[in-house]
Amino acid sequence: MTADGGTGFESDLQTVADRVVAQAVPGEEIEAYVTRGGETEVRVYQGAVEHFVAAQSEGIGIRVIRDGRTGFAYAGTLDPGAIDEVLAEARDNQQFGQPDEFAALAQPDGVEVTAQSLWNEALAEYPTDDKIDLAKQLEKRTSGVDPRVRVDDANYVDAFGESAVASTTGIRKSGRENGCYVSVSTLADEGDGDDAETQTGFGFSVGRSPHDFDLDKAAREAADRATRLLGATKPASKRLTVVLDPFVTAQFLGVISSTLNGEAVVKGRSLFRDRLGDDVAASNVTLVDDPTNPLAYTATDVDGEGLAARRNVLIENGVLRRFVHNSYSGRRAGTVSTGNATRGGFAGTPGVGCLALSLVPGTRSQAELIADVDDGLLVQSMQGLHSGVNPISGDFSTGAAGLLISGGEVGAPVREFTIASTLQRMLTDIVEIGGDIDWLPMRASGMSLVIRDVTMSGV
Amino acid sequence: MIDDDVLERVLAGAVRTGADFAEVYAEDKASTSAGLDDGRIEQVTSGRDRGAGIRVIAGETTGFAYTSDLTESGLARAADAAASAASSGGGGVRTVALTKSAPHRPNTVVHLPDAIAKARKVELLQRMDDAARDSGPEIVQVSAGYGDSSKRTLVANTDGVHVDDEVVRTLLRISVVADGDTGMQTGFQSMGHTVGFEIFDTVDVEALARDAARQAITKLRARPAPSGAVPVVIKNGSGGVLFHEACGHGLEADHIQKDASVYAGKVGQLVASPLVTLVDDGTMPGEWGTLGFDDEGHITQRNVLIEDGVLTDYMWDYLRARKEGRPQSGNGRRQSYQHLPMVRMTNTFVLDGPSEPDDIISSTANGVYVAKLGGGSVNTATGDFVFGMTEAYMIENGEITEPLREGNLIGNGPQVLKDIDMLGNDFAMGNPGTCGKDGQGVPVGDGQPTLRVTAMTIGGTAA
Repeated sequence: MTADGGTGFESDLQTVADRVVAQAVPGEEIEAYVTRGGETEVRVYQGAVEHFVAAQSEGIGIRVIRDGRTGFAYAGTLDPGAIDEVLAEARDNQQFGQPDEFAALAQPDGVEVTAQSLWNEALAEYPTDDKIDLAKQLEKRTSGVDPRVRVDDANYVDAFGESAVASTTGIRKSGRENGCYVSVSTLADEGDGDDAETQTGFGFSVGRSPHDFDLDKAAREAADRATRLLGATKPASKRLTVVLDPFVTAQFLGVISSTLNGEAVVKGRSLFRDRLGDDVAASNVTLVDDPTNPLAYTATDVDGEGLAARRNVLIENGVLRRFVHNSYSGRRAGTVSTGNATRGGFAGTPGVGCLALSLVPGTRSQAELIADVDDGLLVQSMQGLHSGVNPISGDFSTGAAGLLISGGEVGAPVREFTIASTLQRMLTDIVEIGGDIDWLPMRASGMSLVIRDVTMSGV
Repeated sequence: MIDDDVLERVLAGAVRTGADFAEVYAEDKASTSAGLDDGRIEQVTSGRDRGAGIRVIAGETTGFAYTSDLTESGLARAADAAASAASSGGGGVRTVALTKSAPHRPNTVVHLPDAIAKARKVELLQRMDDAARDSGPEIVQVSAGYGDSSKRTLVANTDGVHVDDEVVRTLLRISVVADGDTGMQTGFQSMGHTVGFEIFDTVDVEALARDAARQAITKLRARPAPSGAVPVVIKNGSGGVLFHEACGHGLEADHIQKDASVYAGKVGQLVASPLVTLVDDGTMPGEWGTLGFDDEGHITQRNVLIEDGVLTDYMWDYLRARKEGRPQSGNGRRQSYQHLPMVRMTNTFVLDGPSEPDDIISSTANGVYVAKLGGGSVNTATGDFVFGMTEAYMIENGEITEPLREGNLIGNGPQVLKDIDMLGNDFAMGNPGTCGKDGQGVPVGDGQPTLRVTAMTIGGTAA
């Protein structure tokens, strides 16, 4: 959900949303959310296009609330007859919801929208042949980094989205955005016969326009990630200090964000539910959700309910200050929306979530952080975050691969082991936050992060 | 959904610039879901998705476009977009003559979802909520969901293939939170079948809810899992995901053709313990991964992948089979009309072995008993995989003892397959799963008898 702050853009989808909302009868709240989107995806393999996908889709989701009961319906079309059916279905579904005194649509809250430039005309007009060429270039440069490296696939992807929301409570907002990225997956081979070994890596570059790409950096990172792990062995089990690579830190923050989710809090599913004002992290930890920062990949001007996106400090110097809310969870918690309604397209109602999470970075480089670690592990990748981490109990256990650190220096590669702790302990065990902030294509930024006393489980 | 003559004209148009293959995949899906949380029915949702994806192939290049406009002009526009990406510069007029395949319906559906009142669907959730909360004062939160869908599909291609299919799905899930002195713990259960509402004539929804509650309450007294490599016994019907990750993905022909699988070039070789026979079968009546035809119009079948430990075959879709000049295996699947098909599993399972399950446990001096596995993932190129254990216990002196906190298990696929040293005779299918690959999720089933792996690494925190 975005609006083109300052450019005066209003989508024709706004009319579609307005028309639905105008059908509300007394006592009925209606919200219509309408989107149109498209993507181009090019995959190149061995110098030729393996597939090219070009497509557009659109749809509408309608929420009806009456007497505290909520109903919802959607359709992947904007055909007027279908929209009438969606409204009728949502009204029918409303009868089966059970009354909830807090159920209501978002109300305009007067918070000023921070203007963002989320639409890039240069991307919208970028020629198809040049998109294909970018993917081919990336494949060629990646293969050229190291003779041991093969490319599994090289991709160019861009997408645009346009949306409009309207409600009987006075929300009315439309906008559009676009963006693109290139990515490459690598294989590195070494040895023959029974000693043959393959490791994998990936690299990417993102931008509002293809002119923002750094293909060489993506190629080098993809090659390095794979070759660094060649010869990796399974380590012995022990407790040690870990240094998380920026990409891994961003994944870790993604897990932490679910414990700060206002809906999980009001429904008693957050391990921090009664900890506001307590020390929950080391005193050097300040965690901020700030979608108004234009550097963030997921920067936006409005949230999924059409309220202004805003900067929220969640943890300040280790103290838990705030949970993120949409209008429902905010109302239930006795507070207000923090502008954190999320929306996964037209087929669902708004959820709650962090939009652009970041730790306030420190000052030192990854090399400087590693130099202070006597016995540790540089974590290059984690595997199984969805299966081994429980954000309700706090248990944390994931597969990992990386490089051992000994006496302040990076040493042998290791793989096929797990790292484990609990989310509660990991936050308080943060030793230092790196200054190497990287804005990644996800809802959290990355930087190197040093955490002590993590269990490495191997042989 | 679309008339035969329209399909023939759209397909002929798609290959007029010289492409060698074109395909229309259309779907019309109606779905209903209901969610209960925090003691009340929060919302009932109805959804409708309808559209077509058109794929055009010229040599090694695939062009793909999709549309929600199923009129002839809408389809023709999508066909042009797909063809422009995959034209060989040649041309000429080709006619397409479709031959309609006889229906193949492995599932028998008695009650279609739209014939059942929404109130009856919602009532199931309330019964589950009551049953979970009655399981003990420790239960502090319950979330439950019901979902059904009816998806009609049509596939037609320039080879003359023309099939219709319809898949009905019914799903129920519950997650429970228990609170105690040591913090909160969770329990989860689900049930999903490719049949209609009649499934609730036989499924005890209260038992499902009580089982989720029991898991959460049991874990309140769980101790930290050990770390390091230990023998692992996996309960029947709970660990099929082990094979899905340890070797299933590595046997998909797209990974094989790019030499990005540890199983490439190993057909005919011993890749697993001789106890292991692994099957992928899209025809099992009512199972979550069952289909009449795959999403490329090829009839589903039973494929033996590993027989007595020897690798017999990979899984194939149209594109990879064509490249190899061999038949497809009914494993070409896609998430929706908005996605390209690729090689995917259906129902993947290991057949029974010779051992009594009790003997497997009693002959294990010390180890871990996994009663329920969570999700998993694999790196097919290295074979390294993980999966979560959501309900596990210590085995001490041949007996199941204390519960363990959650964590991941990690292993290397080829090694773990060889390290299976006992296989039970109590085969059971597991919970419905969603398999993710390259950004697409498709429903899959899995199953296995009780089995033992001589050593796997447990990702716990205890020394």
